[in-house]
Amino acid sequence: MRKYSVAAIVREALRYNAGWERAWRSPEPKKQYDAVIIGAGGHGLATAYYLGKNHGIKNVAIIEKGWLGGGNTGRNTTIIRSNYLQDSSAAIYEKARSLYETLSQELNYNVMFSPRGVMMLAQTEHEIRGYRRTAHANNLQGVETEFIDPKTVKKLCPIIELSGPRFPVLGALWQPRGGTARHDAVAWGYARACSDMGMDIIQKCEVTDILKSNGKVVGVETTKGVIKTHNLGIIVAGNSSILAEKAGFRLPIESVSLQALVSEPVKPCMDVVVMANTVHGYMSQSDKGEMVIGGGTDGFNNYTQRGSFHHIEETVRALIETFPIISRLKMLRQWGGVVDVTGDRSPIISKTPLEGCFINCGWGTGGFKAIPGSGWAMAETMANGSPSQLASAFSLDRFREGRFIDESVAAGVAH
Amino acid sequence: MLLINCPFCKERNETEFVYGGPVGVDRPDPNAVADQEWVDFLTLVPNPTGPVFEKWWHARGCGEWFVICRDTVTHEILESPDEKS
Amino acid sequence: MSSRLSTGGKLIDRSLSKEFMFNGRRLKGFEGDTLASALLANDQVMVGRSFKYHRPRGIVASGSEEPNALMETGSGSKLEPNQRATTTKLFDGMRVKSQNHWPTLEFDLGAINSTFSKFFPAGFYYKTFIHPRFAWKYLFEPIIRKAAGLGNAPKEKDCDTYEYFYAHVDLLIIGGGIAGLAAASSAVKSGLKVLIVEQNDYWGGRAIVDEINIENGSGSDWIYQQVKSLSNEKNVNLRLNMMAAGVYDHGYVLLHETLTDGSNKKMELRQRLWRVRAKQTIVATGAIERPLAFAGNDLPGVMLASAVRDYLVNFGVSCGDRTVIVTNNDDAYRTAILMKNAGLEVPCIIDARPSVSESLSKQVQSLGIKILTGKAVSTVTGSKRVEGVAICSHAGSGEVLETVACDCVAMSGGWSPVVHLWSHCGGKLEWDKKNYMFKPDLTSAPLGANGEGMLTVAGTANGFLISRDVLSDGYTKSKEIIKALTGKVPKISMEKAHSGDESEILPVWFMPQGATRKLKSKTWLDFQNDVKVSDVELAAQEGFESVEHTKRYTTLGMATDQGKLSNINGLAVLSNSLNVSIPDVGTTTFRPPFQPISLGAIAGEARHELFKPIRKTSIHNWINANGGVWEPVADWRRPFCFQRNGESIKEAVEREIVNTRTNCGILDASTLGKILVKGPDAARFLDMIYTNVMSNLKVGKCRYGLMCSENGFLSDDGVVARLSDDSYLCHTTSGGSDRIHAHMEEWLQTEWWDWKVYTLNLTEQFSQIAIVGPKARQLIEKMGVDGLDLSPEGLPFMGFSEGFIAGISVRIFRISFSGELSYEIAVPALKAQEFWDLALISGEEFEVMPYGTEALHVMRAEKGFIMIGDETDGTVIPQDLGLDWAISKKKEDFIGKRAQMRSFMKSENRWKLVGLKTIDPSVVLPDGCYAVDGESNSYGHKNMIGRVTSSYFSPTLERSIALALVENGPDRMNEILNFPNLDGSVTKAAICDPVFFDKEGKNQNV
Repeated sequence: MRKYSVAAIVREALRYNAGWERAWRSPEPKKQYDAVIIGAGGHGLATAYYLGKNHGIKNVAIIEKGWLGGGNTGRNTTIIRSNYLQDSSAAIYEKARSLYETLSQELNYNVMFSPRGVMMLAQTEHEIRGYRRTAHANNLQGVETEFIDPKTVKKLCPIIELSGPRFPVLGALWQPRGGTARHDAVAWGYARACSDMGMDIIQKCEVTDILKSNGKVVGVETTKGVIKTHNLGIIVAGNSSILAEKAGFRLPIESVSLQALVSEPVKPCMDVVVMANTVHGYMSQSDKGEMVIGGGTDGFNNYTQRGSFHHIEETVRALIETFPIISRLKMLRQWGGVVDVTGDRSPIISKTPLEGCFINCGWGTGGFKAIPGSGWAMAETMANGSPSQLASAFSLDRFREGRFIDESVAAGVAH
Repeated sequence: MLLINCPFCKERNETEFVYGGPVGVDRPDPNAVADQEWVDFLTLVPNPTGPVFEKWWHARGCGEWFVICRDTVTHEILESPDEKS
Repeated sequence: MSSRLSTGGKLIDRSLSKEFMFNGRRLKGFEGDTLASALLANDQVMVGRSFKYHRPRGIVASGSEEPNALMETGSGSKLEPNQRATTTKLFDGMRVKSQNHWPTLEFDLGAINSTFSKFFPAGFYYKTFIHPRFAWKYLFEPIIRKAAGLGNAPKEKDCDTYEYFYAHVDLLIIGGGIAGLAAASSAVKSGLKVLIVEQNDYWGGRAIVDEINIENGSGSDWIYQQVKSLSNEKNVNLRLNMMAAGVYDHGYVLLHETLTDGSNKKMELRQRLWRVRAKQTIVATGAIERPLAFAGNDLPGVMLASAVRDYLVNFGVSCGDRTVIVTNNDDAYRTAILMKNAGLEVPCIIDARPSVSESLSKQVQSLGIKILTGKAVSTVTGSKRVEGVAICSHAGSGEVLETVACDCVAMSGGWSPVVHLWSHCGGKLEWDKKNYMFKPDLTSAPLGANGEGMLTVAGTANGFLISRDVLSDGYTKSKEIIKALTGKVPKISMEKAHSGDESEILPVWFMPQGATRKLKSKTWLDFQNDVKVSDVELAAQEGFESVEHTKRYTTLGMATDQGKLSNINGLAVLSNSLNVSIPDVGTTTFRPPFQPISLGAIAGEARHELFKPIRKTSIHNWINANGGVWEPVADWRRPFCFQRNGESIKEAVEREIVNTRTNCGILDASTLGKILVKGPDAARFLDMIYTNVMSNLKVGKCRYGLMCSENGFLSDDGVVARLSDDSYLCHTTSGGSDRIHAHMEEWLQTEWWDWKVYTLNLTEQFSQIAIVGPKARQLIEKMGVDGLDLSPEGLPFMGFSEGFIAGISVRIFRISFSGELSYEIAVPALKAQEFWDLALISGEEFEVMPYGTEALHVMRAEKGFIMIGDETDGTVIPQDLGLDWAISKKKEDFIGKRAQMRSFMKSENRWKLVGLKTIDPSVVLPDGCYAVDGESNSYGHKNMIGRVTSSYFSPTLERSIALALVENGPDRMNEILNFPNLDGSVTKAAICDPVFFDKEGKNQNV
């Protein structure tokens, strides 16, 4: 793999960029791999990357129905934070956040991780108590957060309206090292690194069946033929239920559509990421200048990657109350993604009833921030055949035991 | 914005309704099932691509709970409850 | 130069002149001008700078597809960035600024990016700025952010207002061109209720400019007649300035209507968002002309051929004295002919096709216009505007044959039907092999609720490019719809447009066809985002083979025009690079809105107080007028405390507590949920809903009850009163009334549908006023009771009675959340204020004072009562809170029971409720702090063994108190725990009984 650098840019510029090589190969599948991952989204690619990097398993195929990074990885609002309440959540999200900090250098691909700071507004007394609690928990978990007063909120984000007529801003939970990254670049960076390790990313290839023998996985049947493996990872977000059915088990997952929108670009007016959970809306400004706005989910199960307009209305109303200046900005584009939600709104990284088959799903509305940590933990789980420390709390067993990982107290909406 | 057929109020916008989830299995006798069976009842609901029976509540209307069959890919409503008065 | 001609201009009124300011220059236009036509009339060819390279940009189009001419209009509370000059109406006194440059439009320092543009190809950012790590945040990113972003964000609040309209019609027609008007007139004649909308401020679309012939008259006359006769009909609503923004599932259509031009300096109703439900919808949205890709095509003065003639015909504006036409189709010849006839020079038509039809070439040549067939533009010369074109063979690599001086280049690469609305909800497209364009695949329409196609597409949007076919398709489609809606075949006189056939278009995605890399690196696809042919080719070369990858890698089609001009050419370049057909490459997804719409319009009227209207109790206004310090609680507001002159909030709370415990307090408890449950099976039902037994509750008695979710977690609590054998009144928390009512209804209707029970949410019908404290009984008696015995025997603790107080019908509950003698009195909501006033008057001698939620909370914490949302967080079960006494052991089943039998719920090590007393009584533990045991957990975090759930300074006990959940807490009485603070210090506190005050209950049992 040729290294990306300023020198390479200059060299190529002088010959009209004729020498750039492919970022990743587009091979035909081999007959057999040591490990196969279904789903070339951020989580799938990160899992493959850490399988190779941390565990030396490089004979790996990543199979993708569409195009890599084309699902929720390329559709989210790119927020990265780890200010979670429960130990198991804080651990995996903070792992992810810390990996993001060095990901550009690690992958030799600028994923534009921008620790611009994330604040979650407290707009009721109850929220203040909830976020104070999170700040205390984070302090003990080694996650740097603090509860800030309205004056500091205004200083960090001058366009915010503190004394809105409906829900005044009473303070905020502030994570200075949270932020955003360029979502596509995360997928592309991992893909390039995986390809460079010799892994095969097979796009436009749909898994039609999961092959089993004596309760163990032996391979997958795809639109490009049968691929054998004894180590299978299913990492397909909204389509998890469908793949699980092929593997012969069921998941406590519902697939719903989550919507987002961007405004037309404007010059920088907001440096931080703001989430307002009482009124349900969150916003940041991308490097292009667009206000990136996230909204709610449709209540109902939905595989269409689009949603109902009233959710956009509700989100926009909430944000105009919070940031009155945006009223005259224009919505450029709205879209949706199919997210997979579990009963306790926390993810699943787990062994499954099918031996050799592992599942990583249930990230719901907040998977992007977790990508490196999720891949790290899933790779460890697949390499060792048993849940890693980071993953152990997220097993399927927790539902049977009643060991829910409920973050709802930390965020009314858990993105 | 789905149009949902309430048995009393006929076609109304989705915003008048609250979604009640897909129709799962019947509630088992709690004293006769093992933990796993109970948890399956609580957490495993149909999540297919294609038709699914699901509950809706006309919360901002007549208050009726009813079941429709909707395609989760096309949103076609394949079955609605009979009209009531 | 571009200029205003002395005659012509169908849309302008030369008798009304308008002055406006552009970048501080005073310019003139006419009534009817768009900002774009007025700028061109003043030879303002350069109007902005591009996004990435800050290259000079001129007006390209004449409609909403314009990518370049984006302006800042208005100021202060009316400032609006990124306004398209082509769709902005000119008004007198308008002030406009161009964007994305510093210091000036003509001299922009950012243009240095253009000089070095060869070093900034597609994907440039991903390959650089990687080291050193911290430089991205502190150096590179801030520079990139400053350079990006087009217009300035407003600094003030929007002063204008917006509203929603709703419409239900038989037929919605989107697009007021000839197809749409034909459909409207037939549908209206058939008696259908029709809404027809047009995004422009005039009817007829392109037919106005491209003088077509309908029934031997001019197209303009026909349009005038159609609109006139429609205007007389009652069953049609004709709307201009109304753009269809999006089509959503089940045929919900969003329309955006512009109501003002911004000239009014005061607040005004600015835009209106319509939501339309139509039985049928016709999409007749026409087509958009495609640019041609050749080197230098981004220079100001290179325009769409259709736009050049729009400015000429509609506004009397010449876009150049010498206009060279570049085309691959017949349509652009119209521009040549019109320009020439207006007395302007057209030195040549560069046509990439090897030949042109004889009739057309004769017609053009007779005007003295040279046709150069098989030729292409090698490059456009000029730096800030067009100075000439270098011509080459289309078949070659760009070797220049001759150079022609000109100041305008009118290009046409053919037309693309506007398929956006068709595609929003999943309508598929097909590739038209004859016209080389995507058009709706009529066999794969977006589906409605009934599984049938929910849109009909007609006219040019349906792929018909010739007026004859367009008009006929409009009639045909409306006929089908009329038949479907009325059941009758309508008799419609289908009027005919007469137009000759046009020769076939030659697919040209960039020119010349063998262009060198160097030329391609100067050939623009996306003018605003600076995406060139070379960028798309580089993306393909680097493996970004999916159209979505290419879009995202190059930013093609991601500008504010969303690729209306650039996408098809980009797709074609990609397909060429990958050596696959264009339909196999596919399109990116079309997403709403069709044109950007303001966030204000989306929010509509739901702003300020109307954004989530506040629920108000009957006492709300009194509280507001009497020092109430509000806090939001669910949709309500409740007073945190009542502040008196000179008092701090803390002092107010302490005063309220002390007074309530020594004299008497009065509380507006109306926000508590009140649900009536009635029917023969009511008792049986409540036994399932609550963890405790309710069926054995005696009539006239109250019982504190707990509700759990089916997962076992505690979800709500409250007092249940049995009103009669078959009816109960269930009190819920303030935030819980709707949720619990819904919960009850769900179980009743979906699980126990055969049980005879009705529920009714009476929260707003009754106000509830609590009179609390040692003097409470005296106060109520002073008010005058009728039919009530308030003696300890007559109305014992946990009993209730019905009667009259001060002549007002009441239900009085003797229940207590404070540990004091306490009555909660339910009165009809409309009588509540009267009751409150009378209670205050009668209470004067007992020193009654209103108290707020904080006093309520402190008093309940002193008594060790739990609060849903404080002691619970969705993970807590009643057993954790020492509430085992409220969980029936006898009942076989209740909601949550089975779930509580799971291993983790039964675990020995659960965190359980205890009290905490800090070693230093003056120190109040912070809300939400955790206790640690000095160990590390498996994640390396400091191990937590408990947490504070409520923490207050108790004025009653004159010390701090806290409730907490601690691992095995009740077994660890008196143990001292360490609570680390955020500043690194540690607070020590001892575990104690959670009931801090009057454990025996002697205060309430009097």
